[in-house]
Amino acid sequence: MPDTHFYQPKHFYQYDDYDRALVGERVEQFRDQVRRRIAGELTEEQFKPLRLTNGLYLQLHAYMLRIAIPYGTLSSRQLRKLADISRKYDRGYGHFTTRQNLQLNWIKLQDAPDALAALADVDMHAIQTSGNCIRNVTADHYAGAAVDEIEDPRIWCEIVRQWSTLHPEFSFLPRKFKIAITGSPNDRAAVRVHDIGLRLWANEAGEVGFEVIVGGGLGRTPMIGKTLREFLPRDELLAYLEATLRVYNRYGRRDNLYKARIKILVHEIGAEKMREEVEAEYAAIKDGALKLPAETIEAIARQFAPPPLPHRPAVVAEVEGLKLEDRDFALWLKSNVAPHRMAGYRIVTASLKPAGAPPGDASAVQMEGVADIADAYSQGEIRVSHEQNLVLPHVAVEDLPAVWRALGRLGFAEANVGKITDIIACPGLDYCALANARSIPVAQRISNHFAELARQHDIGDLKIKISGCINACGHHHVGHIGILGVDKNGVELYQLSLGGDVDFGKTAIGAILGPAVTADKVVEAVDALVHTYLDARSDGERFVDTYRRIGAQPFKERVYAAV
Amino acid sequence: MPLFSETGSTTILEPLPFADWQQRPAWPAVSLANTDPVEDLAPHVGRLRLIVLSFPKFSDGRAYSQARLLRGRLGYTGELRATGGVLQDQLPFMLRCGFDSFESDQKGFGEALAKTRTLFSVVYQPAEDDRATASLLRLSRRNVHPAV
Repeated sequence: MPDTHFYQPKHFYQYDDYDRALVGERVEQFRDQVRRRIAGELTEEQFKPLRLTNGLYLQLHAYMLRIAIPYGTLSSRQLRKLADISRKYDRGYGHFTTRQNLQLNWIKLQDAPDALAALADVDMHAIQTSGNCIRNVTADHYAGAAVDEIEDPRIWCEIVRQWSTLHPEFSFLPRKFKIAITGSPNDRAAVRVHDIGLRLWANEAGEVGFEVIVGGGLGRTPMIGKTLREFLPRDELLAYLEATLRVYNRYGRRDNLYKARIKILVHEIGAEKMREEVEAEYAAIKDGALKLPAETIEAIARQFAPPPLPHRPAVVAEVEGLKLEDRDFALWLKSNVAPHRMAGYRIVTASLKPAGAPPGDASAVQMEGVADIADAYSQGEIRVSHEQNLVLPHVAVEDLPAVWRALGRLGFAEANVGKITDIIACPGLDYCALANARSIPVAQRISNHFAELARQHDIGDLKIKISGCINACGHHHVGHIGILGVDKNGVELYQLSLGGDVDFGKTAIGAILGPAVTADKVVEAVDALVHTYLDARSDGERFVDTYRRIGAQPFKERVYAAV
Repeated sequence: MPLFSETGSTTILEPLPFADWQQRPAWPAVSLANTDPVEDLAPHVGRLRLIVLSFPKFSDGRAYSQARLLRGRLGYTGELRATGGVLQDQLPFMLRCGFDSFESDQKGFGEALAKTRTLFSVVYQPAEDDRATASLLRLSRRNVHPAV
């Protein structure tokens, strides 16, 4: 008998027999590889790329499993399974990442194949979430619900997911390769700081195509991507991607790990030469087998057809009443609730950043709670945002009070989305073998210091991003305030930068403010930055706007007087 | 180093390094570094019977692109041999890129080669092995059952 409790109508891509066969076969292949590793038939050096391309990292204390959540979209059934896996194979919690993945930090090598088989039961995998290959493709977390959307980018993410999965030519690239796609003019997928960013837009003739942006990235050499193609017809996407990847695979540097990303190739040969190479390769393959038949595109697009949402009232007396009665609810509506393409609906962000908590963490109980709320109020669908929050994409205005209360019971109703405590942080030295400094405790201290909600709303939109090392997993380069942990003779110091941004048209790398500060002074430093802004801001100005207007000097003076 | 192929047939011709071969382009066997331009072989592919491509380390994947260009673009049909860091777990990728012989000293390599084609029943992208992709199979399925 089917388990009706788990049944939900789906409005995104569902695996068919082919997808299931491939993912299942991949699990069995990896099971054999793990067996050979444990039997000593494979050296660690030989095993490493095999485990990495199955999502398994060796961290400071244990193996970490990074699970792909393609385009950040999950069903309630899948989220429950993730909770289940975290309980069975880990310590009952997981960490949602800036690339819309989920990381489990305490996996045992011998359990990994079973954990992957459990994932495959709900049509999920960890394929290519690490290693020098094409990684999980990310998208706007409001896709399919946003008011400003031209086309659902997930259709194209799924097409790219299939093309890139076990690609025989591109599984041993010079370095990792990240692709992000947005379908809105308001870029919520940070497409200018990816190896390839794709932006769907409509030209004057009304045709929709891609702007292809290549060679962006953060890490130790942050760069804004260059536009190689203003307008690419949609059906030629895979040919263009294959051409770009081929140029990169052939000519990307392999002599120095830190100079191996495509951004360095683009920088060294120049955008003009890169375009020439890619266009020449593309011209040779564009009319070949990679051209997407209209039927194929339509079949995948149909699976992303919006859910048939019934008409619901746009103005609801209970909501208006509660707004007046309860300040927290009113603040939550302002910061955590976004417009939906249908009038009686909203997009709700569940904040995984309650005061003092590690950003992006969720326990198994919390994951199951969110799955229940999604079933009751959001078409059984959940999104993971690159800002490490969970999103309920289709909530009726009428249901907002109930959803607010339910999220509150889980600790996920903090009215801080986009505010100073909605911090992005990498796992840092608490987990990561690459880190120089801790990130999570710094985020927690800032979060506690600014916990008061009315104050946060007064400070307004302010993005703090923290990385525990120069690899920049916490995206500190594009934080309005960026914080980078560095190690100086065994002491953890934190470098501050200001003015980073990922908004489309304004994408900028933050500028370093001055000397790094010690861990116990980070909060004072941030506090001094905030006060400088509050004193200097003019009406409606965000922190980053004020910074752009008055420059670094006033901020610098106040910070270094305070620390 | 032991030499493997699925059919068991490999040539005994001695390949010349690319620079030497350019002096004697009539010789039917050549060995390329993974930075050598495969495009230069275009006028000669009809005559060549062996091209050896090199993996200086198994993690250096440049020769996968060389292989696909030789097979797909230049139409080379002779033996395409992988040498260097060649491990059994790369075989699914190598076979798809058009390699058909392999130098490897890994234990159990021959047995693994015999089983490689049974590992994955589905492929997602067109490559040099001419397997029908999932996408193509879906199309033909829809054309047989238009309602689906």
